[in-house]
Amino acid sequence: MSASSAFNDEKGGSSSVGEPEYGHDPASGGIFSSDYKRHDDLKEMLDSNKDSLKLEAMKRIVAMIARGKNASDLFPAVVKNVACKNIEVKKLVYVYLVRYAEEQQDLALLSISTFQRGLKDPNQLIRASALRVLSSIRVTIIVPIMMLAIKEAASDMSPYVRKTAAHAIPKLYSLDPEQKDQLIEVIEKLLADKTTLVAGSVVMAFEEVCPERIDLIHKNYRKLCNLLIDVEEWGQVVIINMLTRYARTQFLNPNINESLLEEGGGGEKTFYGSDEDEDEDEEEKEKKAEVAAMAKRKPYVMDPDHRLLLRNTKPLLQSRNAAVVMAVAQLYFHLAPKAEVGVIAKALVRLLRSHSEVQYVVLQNVATMTIKRRGMFEPYLKSFYIRSTDPTQIKVLKLEVLTNLANETNISTILREFQTYIKSMDKDFVAATIQAIGRCATNIGEVRDTCLNGLVQLLSNRDELVVAESVVVIKKLLQMQPEKHSDIIKHMAKLTDNIQVPMARASILWLIGEYCEHVPKIAPDVLRKMAKSFTNEEDIVKLQIINLAAKLYLTNSKQTKLLTQYVLNLAKYDQNYDIRDRARFIRQLIVPTEKSGALSKYAKKLFLALKPAPVLESPFKDRDHFQLGSLSHLLNAKAGGYQELPDWPEAAPDPSVRNVEVKESVFTLLERVTTLTSVPEWTKCSSREKRKEKKVEKPFYSDSEGESGPTESADSESDSASGSESGSGSEESGSGSESEESEEGSESEEEEEEEEEKDKKKKKKELKKPVPETESEQSSEEEDRKIKRKSKQRKSDSESESDEDEESESESSQSESEDSESEIEVKKKKKTAEMKPPSKPVKKETKKEKKEMSLLDLDDFEPAPSPQVTPVNTFLSNSLVTDLEGLSLSDSVLSPATIAPSSVLKNYELLHRITGEGLSVEYCFSRQPFSPDANMVAVQMQFTNSATSDTKNLHMEDVKLQSGMRVKEFPEIELLSAGETAMAVMGIDFCDSTQAANFQLCTHTRKFFVSIQPPVGELMRPIFLTENEFKKEQGQLMGMNEITEKLTLDAKCRNEHAIVQRVTTAANLSRVPCGSDKECRFAGRTVTSSSLVLVTVATKEEGAAQLTVNCEKMVIGTMLVKDILLALTQ
Amino acid sequence: MIHSLFLINHSGDIFLEKHWKSVISRSVCDYFFEVKEKAVDPENVPPVLQTPHHYLISIYRGKLFFLSVVQTEVPPLFVIEFLHRVADTFQDYFGECSEGVIKDNLVTVYELLEEMLDNGFPLATESNVLKEMIRPPNILRSVVNTLTGGSNVGDTLPTGQLSNVPWRRAGVKYTNNEAYFDVVEEIDAILDKSGTTVFAEIQGVVEACVRLTGMPDLTLSFMNPRLLDDMSFHPCVRFKRWESERVLSFIPPDGNFTLMTYHVSSQNLVAIPVYVKQNINFFETGSCGRLDITIGPKQNMGKTVEGLMVTIHMPKVVLSANLTATQGNYTYDLTTKVLVWDIGKLNPQKLPNLRGSLSMQAGAPKPEENPSLNIDLKIQQLAISGLKVSRLDMYGEKYKPFKGVKYLTKAGKFQVRT
Repeated sequence: MSASSAFNDEKGGSSSVGEPEYGHDPASGGIFSSDYKRHDDLKEMLDSNKDSLKLEAMKRIVAMIARGKNASDLFPAVVKNVACKNIEVKKLVYVYLVRYAEEQQDLALLSISTFQRGLKDPNQLIRASALRVLSSIRVTIIVPIMMLAIKEAASDMSPYVRKTAAHAIPKLYSLDPEQKDQLIEVIEKLLADKTTLVAGSVVMAFEEVCPERIDLIHKNYRKLCNLLIDVEEWGQVVIINMLTRYARTQFLNPNINESLLEEGGGGEKTFYGSDEDEDEDEEEKEKKAEVAAMAKRKPYVMDPDHRLLLRNTKPLLQSRNAAVVMAVAQLYFHLAPKAEVGVIAKALVRLLRSHSEVQYVVLQNVATMTIKRRGMFEPYLKSFYIRSTDPTQIKVLKLEVLTNLANETNISTILREFQTYIKSMDKDFVAATIQAIGRCATNIGEVRDTCLNGLVQLLSNRDELVVAESVVVIKKLLQMQPEKHSDIIKHMAKLTDNIQVPMARASILWLIGEYCEHVPKIAPDVLRKMAKSFTNEEDIVKLQIINLAAKLYLTNSKQTKLLTQYVLNLAKYDQNYDIRDRARFIRQLIVPTEKSGALSKYAKKLFLALKPAPVLESPFKDRDHFQLGSLSHLLNAKAGGYQELPDWPEAAPDPSVRNVEVKESVFTLLERVTTLTSVPEWTKCSSREKRKEKKVEKPFYSDSEGESGPTESADSESDSASGSESGSGSEESGSGSESEESEEGSESEEEEEEEEEKDKKKKKKELKKPVPETESEQSSEEEDRKIKRKSKQRKSDSESESDEDEESESESSQSESEDSESEIEVKKKKKTAEMKPPSKPVKKETKKEKKEMSLLDLDDFEPAPSPQVTPVNTFLSNSLVTDLEGLSLSDSVLSPATIAPSSVLKNYELLHRITGEGLSVEYCFSRQPFSPDANMVAVQMQFTNSATSDTKNLHMEDVKLQSGMRVKEFPEIELLSAGETAMAVMGIDFCDSTQAANFQLCTHTRKFFVSIQPPVGELMRPIFLTENEFKKEQGQLMGMNEITEKLTLDAKCRNEHAIVQRVTTAANLSRVPCGSDKECRFAGRTVTSSSLVLVTVATKEEGAAQLTVNCEKMVIGTMLVKDILLALTQ
Repeated sequence: MIHSLFLINHSGDIFLEKHWKSVISRSVCDYFFEVKEKAVDPENVPPVLQTPHHYLISIYRGKLFFLSVVQTEVPPLFVIEFLHRVADTFQDYFGECSEGVIKDNLVTVYELLEEMLDNGFPLATESNVLKEMIRPPNILRSVVNTLTGGSNVGDTLPTGQLSNVPWRRAGVKYTNNEAYFDVVEEIDAILDKSGTTVFAEIQGVVEACVRLTGMPDLTLSFMNPRLLDDMSFHPCVRFKRWESERVLSFIPPDGNFTLMTYHVSSQNLVAIPVYVKQNINFFETGSCGRLDITIGPKQNMGKTVEGLMVTIHMPKVVLSANLTATQGNYTYDLTTKVLVWDIGKLNPQKLPNLRGSLSMQAGAPKPEENPSLNIDLKIQQLAISGLKVSRLDMYGEKYKPFKGVKYLTKAGKFQVRT
């Protein structure tokens, strides 16, 4: 198209600008006549059956659209081609259709059937594209069709189609807001999607349709956190922003405690005083904090989910996408504990290297941050130095940041920088610099004089603007301590001869008037000069002259009476009514006449009242009530659709809402945290348990008997970022159980019993052991120390584990470190073994044990605190221990030799390295509930690729099962690089039989036949029963269902602890609390049919014992007896 | 999110508009023009503007404004970053991002914009994915297309969108498998009058050009990764691996891409490769000034400094310059008041010098500030921080690729205050 015709097009477009639809514009008829002609040939081309002609026509039409020209009259001709075979023509038709469908609704309907057909296409990309175009057609009549299509696509096999469905949701919503409820349902469904492809898009839809439905996020919170790093960049931004808001509603302010502590520590203002005020003014905050301190005095423990969010977003600071970096930065700014916010500074400074628009936005946000957290950016001071080539808006923002960063230590460097800026050619910037100097001077007392002197020197600058700006700033500074600076005022008085900028002249006059007592000789003289030039002055100057005259009249009426009269007379006939009014008013006020009222007596007081010095504030102060990085923050005004960042809640809402049934990815850190903080399902049946759980939720529990758990976990929060939650989680549960004991010890019968036993035990202890301190109830110093040591170690352990867990592929170096770690563990285990005396007094004492368990959970590898400790496998400990098993990636971490009783996951080999040609597979029964199907046994598989080449597409095929058995395959492993290890979990429903599950394990090159056969002990899951329930159930399973066997216990296995351990190793059962120390009872249910399995081991003299198994399923019972016998006698 | 996009040229004509939701009249741009008129420099137009019903977020690239219209709250950087990504894509497709080239490829541009956003939310921004869907134009293909009626739109479906390495297109095949890496470092520095360093830092970038068949998994390791203080990565880089082992492990996109950018910690002393002796004087009387600049080598690690160029933004009162250069030549643009002295290679035996007089507007007061000098230079085969790539390994494919690493040091924002 020639340039001239393009020009015409342009005109055609802009002339119809007023109308939303360019349709029938008579004004451009002349142009249109030629257009019609051209359109005719376009129509011909579109009607031809040559694709090349159609394409050419469509290209020309799209070019018209791109230029903003009207092409709507071609609609019928174009829409016919919607089913064209040529893919480019088709795409261009889509472009056209989406653009004009709204204007030509009826005709647009002709195309709908094509898309409906497309929605059924076997190819996922075609389905997606059909949905995309269909949902983009803004025609209300097809809303039901769209709704249907979206619903269908939301459960499509292909994640890409589901993503498109998520994109379609806001489109439909904007077309018809009535559909909101139905759309929310779809959103809820898509939020549960586990693929990274969908996550970003659905959160986007969530934000547009129902941002207030924060409750929809609960269940998906952890998943979103974990997927985050793999989501595409744009989705990351949206998710992070949404999660920031979510976290603000669900977690407690991590900084509330620090301010408490600091207050307690003498109340002296810290250097970065501004850092503490989080939400409100300092005072208000302090009040609040005090109240909080009185009320709670509870140490802050960060919710593990809060920590999860912080940890999972941190790597994204390294993103190449500035928006992602900014999103993470604002998340940290709003959510992280003070000590951790610093990490974002470096990344933000990096963004300053980017395009100037990015710099502009980042600097705005940095400016806000520097007010709250100055220390964070101090090390990067020089990065904010200004170059002469920066655009002015960037310069001014950098200046703002530099000013905010100024403090006693760096002010000299900053002022030196400012000196060079003052010489700049960019006068707006110079003016801003002078303002900045003024602010530095007001904020930092030490340099006030230096700044003032510097500014005074500027008064002799040749550039008037500079002088004027200096005068204004000096005026403000002088107001702070006028008495010291009468010579400066004198100097400024002289300036009135030269300086012409009205604002500056006005400032000088005001100063002289205000402080005329300091310059009694000069002031009248200035007034004289001003009176002379009064008529030629600007209005603001005139007003100040009147002001000066009035003030002088009041202080020095002898010399200035006539001058004042003269000025007032001049003002009386001024053109400006303000000035006339002022003159009249002042005359009445100061010149006493018989008519003048009582006011004139107070004239002096009125005029020469002590005026407070102005506070020079940053324009960015308090901007952080807007979420940083948002449009609203940038504009400092609420933008449409902005979601307020909520204040922290006073008390944390129930964290268990985020609990999800443990998913396939049991081995991600997330689930570990889950299992640690929440008691697994099967233990929830008693009210006691529930109470316990509540305690865990409230991490602030600290008034129990000197338990150092919570305080300590607070410590660990501060010194170690990651890894602490697992530690603290277990600590909490420990402390929870213990405190409960102290408070509610006498509540249930059972507990009373225990109480007695405890006493007994105590006595015994006193008799037997000289140093039972580690065990004693009172937390002695030693214990404290010990716990701390333990927790530290625990931390380091869990840290390395967690790293590993997060890894999608485990790395060689890490596995090395793991190795070395396990070596240490082995050593420790040995130690433990050595320290254990051969026989222990078999004392049963539930509470005591519970406590010990909790301590042990802190660290399983410490030497046994005392030989008397007999951590019996109680229901609690068992559940905790099972949870801890989830913690361990490999069994070497928690091995049977440690005291933790059932920390025994036996590994079985599925595929040997040699038969597998370098691929070796091990599996174990993780004893975790398999969440997709509760009737399945979870099998955790570990794939190790020791070959030199990568293995790809690891998956299962050709599963051969006995009838009734079912298998849930593990998700395909795309790539297993050489030397790497991967984990996967599968579920098998064995139908309560020990039949093997056979299947093929396939890689991209080979297939291996493998089979998994479960030991009978793995076919059950532990349940909690009380002693009475146990007895009752046992009574119903007599006769055929009971199998009794006599045995002689193995020499090493004659204490209760060993028995418990061996039994729970052999079978996945949980301990039933029991009043007698001669009996150990265990209970469980089979996984598939939920039949009860009860096991009793009664010990007698000299290692004799009797094993009783009660089970409906006799086969299982028999096999179980065999297994347990073997375990106990060997 | 992003509602509409307008492309506006330097003189204020809207030459392309694209709407992702309902149509917004282009009169909305009038608010922008108003602000643009006020701002002397296009760089000084604020990137975010508020109008009664819309918010305008714009970037300035290649003498073009990319102006997007949004209606509701959206992180401004999100839009800005996206607009730059659009400009990058144009650059990638057409070799440059200018009005002419966009007008020439209007349909391709429109197709690209259509794919990049869906309902205003970014959909496909990876160049590899886009190229699968819309082929970049080249002369040969356009000739063939006009003869045969073929099209730019890929007839295969863009499977890259579906994979979990969305940045890499599927089915890549080359006869010559090659992977080249350029380590480019820029020195940002401010030197004061006396030549002492006020502020200096090194910003580096690893640009990659990888043309490898199949799905190669690359590992790039450095001799001295400790030098790197802060970095950002292409999404393909496995961050965990970097954290634990300090190696870059990635499945690369096909073609050219920026693998990482990094910052060398400012604790390390930054070598400044040249020194500048300058003397610029404006005389109080006679409305003239004198200029004398000499540049010499300083710490250049025994390499030659090339592409040396000095740019000075003169004060407005300077009318003309009458100078002699011992090496290279100089130009003085009377309208923009920019003096450029293009020196070329720095010869340590005979230091380049530029001296002479400046004539100023008669009667105008002498400028208070001397203009600062912006220096450009290049040093081949040297990364000034000392960073070295130690090795590149490839896994996952059988063939042996050609590998290569080039180093280059450039002056970034290198400014000498006078």
